[in-house]
Amino acid sequence: MALAKRIIPCLDVRDGRVVKGRRFTDLVDAGDPSQLARRYSDEGADELVFLDITASLEKRKILVKVVRSVAAEIDIPFTVGGGIRSQEDAEIVLHNGADKVSINTAAVENPKLVQRLSEIYGSQCIVVAIDAKKDSSKPSGYHVYTHSGTKPSGLDALEWARKVDRLGAGEILLTSIDMDGTKDGYDIELTRTIASSVSIPVIASGGAGTPEHIYRVLAEGGADAALAASIFHFNEYPIQTVKNFLRERGVLVRS
Amino acid sequence: MKILVLNYSVGNIYSISHALSRLGASVSVEKEISSREFDGLVMPGVGSFTSASEAISSYRGLLRDVILSGTPTLGICLGMQILFNSSDEGPGSGLDIFGGRVVSLPPTVKRPQMGWNRLLKTRYSPLLEGVEDAWVYFNHSYYPEPTDRSIVAAKTEYGVDIPSVISHRNIFGTQFHPEKSSKAGRQILQNFINQVRR
Repeated sequence: MALAKRIIPCLDVRDGRVVKGRRFTDLVDAGDPSQLARRYSDEGADELVFLDITASLEKRKILVKVVRSVAAEIDIPFTVGGGIRSQEDAEIVLHNGADKVSINTAAVENPKLVQRLSEIYGSQCIVVAIDAKKDSSKPSGYHVYTHSGTKPSGLDALEWARKVDRLGAGEILLTSIDMDGTKDGYDIELTRTIASSVSIPVIASGGAGTPEHIYRVLAEGGADAALAASIFHFNEYPIQTVKNFLRERGVLVRS
Repeated sequence: MKILVLNYSVGNIYSISHALSRLGASVSVEKEISSREFDGLVMPGVGSFTSASEAISSYRGLLRDVILSGTPTLGICLGMQILFNSSDEGPGSGLDIFGGRVVSLPPTVKRPQMGWNRLLKTRYSPLLEGVEDAWVYFNHSYYPEPTDRSIVAAKTEYGVDIPSVISHRNIFGTQFHPEKSSKAGRQILQNFINQVRR
């Protein structure tokens, strides 16, 4: 199998601007989404994820503008998520030029939404984001949280992952709540547990601090892609540096 | 010089329209074909085989005629699959431009194939001029099995050998998304525009 492992920068967008910071605090303005998208695309990102954290009533209007301007600018795939609560929200994202839409809380509250969207748009457009936290009372050892990682859902992470696979999700964006923002490395065990048990690709997220972390989650965790934010934003490790690191260790990446 | 992007589906046609426009093409997005007043045709790659089959049913004859009479045509992903007879994805007939059925990727690989994979050229096609074993972006669960293997111009390995580019006279198809394939994709779209300009 010759599919390359993907490196995916994640950009947080608030009120139509990219913001950088740690877990929704200390946010600084980092510029125009389409310009940053172009930069990452030129630097060799394989795909981009936009997480819209706009909370205003104007959210939809702002989102349409952002999605359109990014779609006009780049020629690599991009996913939009963050506060996608309904079929209508998802349609706004997909109709305005995003390749995929990522749903999280809404999928947990209404699993049929995953099924319906994948029937209409095809599985390849539908990403289910799963935020999981260590919990020894759950069979897999991980508990699914919703509402940006604040509310326990009661669901076991592995059972939920298998269910969204059956419902027609095309991909799982798997974030470790424990590791997110730490820069101490991904949760390898979580990633391996999910990636080895579903038939769809898994994007690992949460904890990237070094190229070694990315190598480990791809090689040992079995992730199909690695998502990271701050190590790319603050240019600690340019994308090509990460890719060279991976290539030297025998990981197939796009040149 | 006008390229018609046929919006027979419900999904994202923004990307392909923008990609062609960025390369200087004049693009018109239409829900159906009612005339022949265009020089090139692009069938984008979103939605399901069944929904696409239903959408084109009212103008299927004209569409076939446009393609078979020599209009440079590019089918992307589903837009390539619909050129064949039928699909495992669901009921409905394709355009019967090429013989063959669209089948599912094998269960031994993750489906959809989502990500960057390599083209291996199997013969010359004007669509692939200047493109050498490039990385391109795939996002699909099905692929066509052409009855006539000679229409295949490039293949890609993913559990099985997928025909990733087909090329026959004025008719081109890519199983991947050139509009999402960065540099190689731009070259392929430029090559297609060059065919339309000829």
